[in-house]
Amino acid sequence: MRNNRSGYLFILLSLAGVSVFLMLPYLDILLKSFSTGNEGVSIGLDNFKQILQNEAFRIATKNTVRFIAVCIPLLLILSLAISIYIYENPKLGSMVKTSFLIPMAIPVTSVVLMWRFLFDDNGILNGILCSLGFNTVSWMNGSAAFWILVGSYIWKNLGYNIILWLAALATIDPQVQSAAKLDGASGFQRLFRITLPSVKNGTFIVVVLAILNSFKVFREAYLVAGDYPHDSIYLTQHLFNNWFRELELNKLAAGAVLDSVILIILILVLQKCWKKGGTKL
Amino acid sequence: MKSKAGLMCVSFFAFIVLYPALFILIGSLMGEEELASNLAGILDKSVDDYVSWSLIPKECSIESYRQIMLFEPGFFVLFWNTVKICIGVIIGQLLIAVPAAWGFAMYDFPLKKVLFMLYIIFMMLPFQVLMLPEYLVLSRLGLLDTLWSVILPGAFSTFPVFIIYNFFKGIPEEEVEAARLDGAGEFRIFFSIGIPAGRSGIAAAMILQFLEYWNIVEQPMIFIDSEEKLPLSLYLPNMNLENAGIAFAAAFLSLIPSVLIFRLGQESLESGITATTIKR
Repeated sequence: MRNNRSGYLFILLSLAGVSVFLMLPYLDILLKSFSTGNEGVSIGLDNFKQILQNEAFRIATKNTVRFIAVCIPLLLILSLAISIYIYENPKLGSMVKTSFLIPMAIPVTSVVLMWRFLFDDNGILNGILCSLGFNTVSWMNGSAAFWILVGSYIWKNLGYNIILWLAALATIDPQVQSAAKLDGASGFQRLFRITLPSVKNGTFIVVVLAILNSFKVFREAYLVAGDYPHDSIYLTQHLFNNWFRELELNKLAAGAVLDSVILIILILVLQKCWKKGGTKL
Repeated sequence: MKSKAGLMCVSFFAFIVLYPALFILIGSLMGEEELASNLAGILDKSVDDYVSWSLIPKECSIESYRQIMLFEPGFFVLFWNTVKICIGVIIGQLLIAVPAAWGFAMYDFPLKKVLFMLYIIFMMLPFQVLMLPEYLVLSRLGLLDTLWSVILPGAFSTFPVFIIYNFFKGIPEEEVEAARLDGAGEFRIFFSIGIPAGRSGIAAAMILQFLEYWNIVEQPMIFIDSEEKLPLSLYLPNMNLENAGIAFAAAFLSLIPSVLIFRLGQESLESGITATTIKR
């Protein structure tokens, strides 16, 4: 690693743009979050107090946190299980990988079109339920909407995570595995003693990318249900968009800062947890 | 026995995972009458029936595609908007993010760690956090309600820097040092060692970003007002289902480039994703 300033030359252009479109805007929003009145008359914590008492903010935050808390472990475990299966049955290999990856490439528009037919009150799923003699479910206008969103997230991100895990699995020395087998270690023992410890290093990146992608379910939720979907899928992104449109800019600023602080803490904690992770600087 | 159950499980998942693409294709090939009768439950609320759907259309027809070609010129305008956004963002990122990733991966300079951490944080922030000040910046630059309002900030996104960085990190330092001893300049090293070695990482980042901007919703929704400047992803979902056939055909047409590019780049994509988890 060369310790010199030509590094700056390479990042100069990027840094300029990041300053204009990300860093300065962030400082701007930080300033706005502490000022009340349109001209920033007084400085204080009023905005934060206000949004913490705001019903919509509470619901949206709760939903977003709940979504991440449900999805990330589910995605990690499911994708790890499938990738261990693929790893131990290499013959399946590429075809299975491809079919799990394809959803990444399916445009959100196609997904949304299918949703409209599948989950409508008179849609395909209710038709099936009805013909089997069950009661129909109001999918998009009930708490089921949350789980549809979870399903759609898993569907889209499974393949990506399988690839990430397979990469980590590929670093295990096969001789270690077979030696453990010879010593009579059970499947579970091998999983907990060999496989899991060796994929641990990649986990920081896997989790960071999984959280990053979890924010993108807003697209499906918005395109299917608009600005005001059912309460169970009213996410912070809906709320911020609505505040933006209603010119509730002080609230928007405070909400944005609060959310970003939570996110930053989360990233720092994750990084601490996996200090030896892949992105060592 | 155990592996048979596993195989069943995996095939079941694989089917679920692939079905939506098939669903769109089938819908786009159904004739007008078949669609109308299948979808009666949704289209006409007075009809008390459910949507019925079959695995294959009774009669294949390309009528929907013909109609979209002849009667929906708007579709192609928006299709090109999406294409322009994708191309603009990707060219921008190639010029901006690739050198930046190299700078972060290969040099030590004051504040590097802090800056890179900031890049990771900005990569994670949902768009809505910065939408207000970004709106003000774009308005000052006079870019609101143009495709540039999506392209320009997109060109500076930090995600590709992060992905490509992990790739450049894998280049052995001795190789770079050897080139330096031979008298190669820093830019020369970047072009003759960095770019070739990082090729699949760069390709992976670009494919991921293509897929991202092919589906862009948040930015155009706020920054673009004129309907004829919207990308496809904002227009299609609002289509009237009276023309379900056209909606299906449009959805399938927007799926083709996406799946095609994905398949073409799948290998680099996989090796690119791989590089992000492995410490070398």
